[in-house]
Amino acid sequence: MATVERKTGGGIGEAVLRKEDRKFVTGEGRYVDDLRLPGMLHAVFVRSPFGHAKVKGIDIAAAEALPGVHRVLTHATLPAETGVLCASNPPGSDVRQPEQPLLARDEVRYVGEPVAIVIADDRYIARDGADLVLVDYDPLPVVCDAEAALADGAPLVHSGYPDNAAATLVHETEGFAEAMQGAARTVELRVVNQRVTPMPMETRGCIGDWQQATGEVTLYTSTQVAHFVRTFISFVCGTSEAKVRVVTPDVGGGFGAKLNTYREEFAVCSASRVMGVPVKWIEDRSENAVATIHGRDQVQYYTAGVDESGRIVALKFDAIQNNGAYHQLLTPTISHLTVFMVPGCYDIQNISIRMRQAFTNTTPTDAYRGAGRPEATHGIERLMDAIADDLGLDAAEVRRVNFIQPEQFPYSSSTGLVYDSGDYDTTLDEALRLADYAGFAARRAASEANGKHRGIGLSTYVEVCGLAPSAVTAAIGVGAPGWEHSTVRLHPTGKATVITGTSPHGQGHATSWSQIVQTELGIPFEDVEVIHGDTAFQPYGLGTYGSRSLAVGGVALHRSLGKVREKAREIAANLLECSVDDLEWTGTSWQVKGSPDRAKTIQELAGAAWAASSMPEGVEPVLEATTFHDPPNFTFPFGTHVCEVEIDPETGRVEVVNYTAVDDCGNVINPMIVDGQVHGGIIQGLGQALYEETVYGEDGQMLTPTLVEYLVPSAADVPPMTLARTTTPSPSNPMGVKGIGEAGTIAASAAIVNAAVDALSGLGVRHLEMPLQPARVWNVIQEAKS
Amino acid sequence: MIPSTLEYTKATSIDEAIAAVQAGARPLAGGQSLLPMMRLRLAAPGAVVDLGGVAELVGVCEDGDEIAVGAMTTHRAVAADPLIGEHCRVVAQAASGVGSLVIRGRGTIGGSLAHADPHGDLPAAILAVGGSVIARGPGGERRIEIGDLITSYLTTSLADDEIITQVRLPKGNAQSAYAKFHRRAIDWSIVGVGVAIGPDGVRAAATGVGDKPARVTGFEAALNGGASLDEAAAAAGDGLDPSSDLDGSAEYKRHLVGVLAKRAYLEAQG
Repeated sequence: MATVERKTGGGIGEAVLRKEDRKFVTGEGRYVDDLRLPGMLHAVFVRSPFGHAKVKGIDIAAAEALPGVHRVLTHATLPAETGVLCASNPPGSDVRQPEQPLLARDEVRYVGEPVAIVIADDRYIARDGADLVLVDYDPLPVVCDAEAALADGAPLVHSGYPDNAAATLVHETEGFAEAMQGAARTVELRVVNQRVTPMPMETRGCIGDWQQATGEVTLYTSTQVAHFVRTFISFVCGTSEAKVRVVTPDVGGGFGAKLNTYREEFAVCSASRVMGVPVKWIEDRSENAVATIHGRDQVQYYTAGVDESGRIVALKFDAIQNNGAYHQLLTPTISHLTVFMVPGCYDIQNISIRMRQAFTNTTPTDAYRGAGRPEATHGIERLMDAIADDLGLDAAEVRRVNFIQPEQFPYSSSTGLVYDSGDYDTTLDEALRLADYAGFAARRAASEANGKHRGIGLSTYVEVCGLAPSAVTAAIGVGAPGWEHSTVRLHPTGKATVITGTSPHGQGHATSWSQIVQTELGIPFEDVEVIHGDTAFQPYGLGTYGSRSLAVGGVALHRSLGKVREKAREIAANLLECSVDDLEWTGTSWQVKGSPDRAKTIQELAGAAWAASSMPEGVEPVLEATTFHDPPNFTFPFGTHVCEVEIDPETGRVEVVNYTAVDDCGNVINPMIVDGQVHGGIIQGLGQALYEETVYGEDGQMLTPTLVEYLVPSAADVPPMTLARTTTPSPSNPMGVKGIGEAGTIAASAAIVNAAVDALSGLGVRHLEMPLQPARVWNVIQEAKS
Repeated sequence: MIPSTLEYTKATSIDEAIAAVQAGARPLAGGQSLLPMMRLRLAAPGAVVDLGGVAELVGVCEDGDEIAVGAMTTHRAVAADPLIGEHCRVVAQAASGVGSLVIRGRGTIGGSLAHADPHGDLPAAILAVGGSVIARGPGGERRIEIGDLITSYLTTSLADDEIITQVRLPKGNAQSAYAKFHRRAIDWSIVGVGVAIGPDGVRAAATGVGDKPARVTGFEAALNGGASLDEAAAAAGDGLDPSSDLDGSAEYKRHLVGVLAKRAYLEAQG
C-alpha cells in the first residue's frame, strides 16, 4: 500500500522514518497511566445507570467504611467555582448553555454522568468502593433521538428550558427562493449520519496534584489542548492561571475526543486539593464509551433544485444535530462546521440552511475526526449520486458540471468561506484512471456471474482545515483564537531544539518538524529535538486538531527558522567582514556570493552567537526565535476517493474490494506520514460506513458499551488501497501546505456507501444508511425484491 | 473493567483442581470468556482455580473409535491437530476461526464448552459430529453428550464440583465443515453452522440460534429425506428460535442458517 520508499533522515519531501517510533514500538512511551507520584491516591467515578433521573440522596457510609477507601466526594463536598465551561457561542443561534456541574447536583441526564468520586489506596479498592455508594434515583422520562427531542411534547432534558432546542443556525442567500422555484426539477434526500464513538487506543486519564502551601496545581492529562485545559482549570477550580501547570506526556490517540476539557480533569484537581495528595484517574474502556464525547449524530434533509444537466441551481439543507445532554468545549460549533461545508466542492451560490441542535439524554457530542465536515461531505456526496440516479446521468459527470473551476479561486462560497485553491477535475480524472472506472462494467459482469452485486462509488470532497484565523474564530463565536506558537533554539554546539505549541498525539511532529529544520536551516534531521506538552516552559499553544498542526504550527516554525537564519546572516556578515547583501544562503551556510571558501555554517554561527564575542552592533547573543503565527485564511485540501464493493445478496455482507484515493493536500513534508494519515483516515471512515454505531435504547441505556458491540475495524478488516496525490499549493502560507489529518475520514464514508447503493441500483435501491450492517443491507434487498 | 476482589490458586493436578472447585472456586481455563465477564462485573467469583498448570488436561490422542482431546487443549492446537483434521475436520475448522490468534492461543476447547456461550463455535461443531465430554467430580467420572451438556444461556448440566477433563470426538467425520457468519474477522459468530456427512446421513448444528447450540433438524430431515440442497437450506431455519438484536432479526438469522448450512455442506462434500 505504500507509495514511497522510506529512509532514515532528510529534509522536506522525503519519506523519513519517524524518529519517535522507537520508544513506542519498544514499549517505552510514557503515558499518564505510567506516572506514579509519591503518596498518590486513585479515583473511580460513580456514574449514573439511568438516562435521566432525579438524585434524591447519596449514601456514602458503606463505601467510606471499606478498608482502603479514604473518602467519597459528592457535589456537596467537591469544591468548584463553576461547572464545565463551553467555549462555543455561535452568534445569532440562541445557544443555550445549561450548567454542567462536576458531579451531579440533583439530576442526572445521561448514562455515565458522574455522581460521586471514590478515592482509595488503589484503583481496585476504589472500584469496589464505587459499588458500595448507594444513590437514590427517581427515574424521569428520557429522549435520546434528536428529532424526537424537538417534537412537541418531548420529555425535557433540562426542565429549566421550555423545549429541547440547544441552538439554531439559519442562513439563506438572496435570490434563493426564486432560484429554487425556477429549477427544472428537484431531488430530495434524507441522510442519517449516525452517532459514533472516537475510541482512541489510550483512554482518557489524569492526575491532579494540588500543592496546598502554594496553591500551585499540576495536572497531568491525556489531552490535545494543554494550554486550553490550563486556562479552564483556573476558571473552574478558582485559582490563578499562573499557578496551573498542565503536562501532557505521550498521548495515545485523540481523534478530537481529547480536544476538550472534561469534568474528570477538574475533579481530580479539586479532589487533590481536598485530600492533600495527588489523585489519579484512569478511564476504563467501558467508561470511555459513556464518559468521553461522541461524534456525528446528525439527520439531514436535502432538497436540490437542478437543471437537466444535473447542475444544482439552488440547495436547501435542513438538519438536526444531536448535541447530547450538555455542551462540551465546542459542541455547538461542530454542526456549524457542517453548515460551512454544505456546498462541498460545488459552485452552489443559492443556498438555504437551517441547522437545529437538540439536547437529548445522551453523552454530549463534540469534535470527532473531521468534526462536522464528514457530515457535510457524506450528505452532499450522497445527494450527487441521488441526482445522477434520478436524472439518469453518470455520477462523475454530475460532479463535473457542478465543480468550482480552477479559475474561480480564490472562491467565495455561499456559506461565507474563501476557498484558497483547487483543481477538482484533475483529482477526479486521476482517481478514475487509477480505479479503472472505464473497465468497471466488465468487473461488474464478472461479479454478477458469481452471484454477487458489484458497485462503484465516488466521493469528491473539499475540506476546511488549518484552524483557524483568529478573527474568524471570534466571528463564529469560538472562545479561543487560532494562532500557533513556535520557538527555535540553537545550542552552542549547533544542535537545535524546537518547542511547538501544537502537541502531537500520534501525528509525528518530531519527525516532520525536524525535516523542516533540516531544509530551512541546514541542521541535520538527527540534530533536532522537538519538545512539547508542558505549559510550564512553553509559551501558549492552541494544540492539535482540525488538521492545523502543519498549516498553522508548521508555518509558525517556518517563520521562526527564517528569523534565525536572518539573524545568523547578520552575524556571518560581521565575521566575514562584508555586508549582509553580499551573502547568499547555501542551504547549510551563509557564504560570500560566489566564494565557497568564505562561508560560515549555521553550526559555526550558532556557536559564535552563543560566544557573543564578535557580535554586530545591536544584535543580541544566541540564535533563538519565537513566532506566534495567526493564519490569514483556512486551507482547503481536496480530492477524489473511489470505492468498489461486492455485496453478497445471500447474507447482505458488503465487502470493499478496491479503494483508490487521490488527495491534494498541497505541498508534502513527509509522504510516508501523509500516506499513514490517509490510510488511518480511510479506515476510520470505513469504520463508520460498515461497522460502527453508538446505539441507545428507548430507555436511555447504551446498547454498545463494549468493543464486542461497538465494532472498530481491525487490521484484518482493512481493504486494499491505492493512494496517489496531486499538488496544488496553498497560497495562504509560505510553505504551500494544507493539512491531511482528517481528509480520509471526510471522504471515505460517502465513497463506500455510494458504491453499495450503486451495487444495488439494479434492484431499484436509491439510498442506504450507515453502518452497512449485513442485516440492514439484506433487509433492503428483500424489500427491493418484493 | 476492574474485577472485584478474589482469591486465585493454580492447580497442578485434576484432583487438586476438583478439591478447589469443591471449596467453591470457579475453574479458570484459558480465561478468554470468564475474565472479560469478571472485568465487566457480570461475573464475580470469590475465588478461581487456574487449570493452566494441569498437564494431564492437555493433548490429543486416539482412543478406539474416538479422539480424546484434553479439556485444556487450546483452539490453536485443536485447529492444527492432524488427528482432528483427519477425522473431525468441522471441529478443527471451527477452532481455527475463533476470535484472533491471541485468543486462539489461550482459549481452550473445554473452557468453550463449560462457558456455554450461545454464540460459541466449538459447541455447535462438536454437536454436529455427536461429540461428548468426560466430566470428573469427587464421585468419579461420567460421560455427557454435548446435546445434554449445554442446557441454556451460559449454563451447563455440570455439577458445581465437576470439571470437564476431556472432549470425545467420534471418528468418521472426515466429510465435515464449519461455516460462520460474523462481521469483523475477530467477532463472535452471529450464526455458525457445522455440517457432518457420515454413514448415517447428514448431521448439522448451529450456534447463535437460541440460548444453546441446536441441531438444524429442518436441514437434516430434508436432506436425509432426499430433498435438494436448496430445499434443505430453505427448511433449515424451521424450529429454530434466534433472538432479534443489533445483529439482525430472528428472520434474518434463520435465513442465515440455511445459507451457511448449504455452504458448509458443499465444502464438506469437497
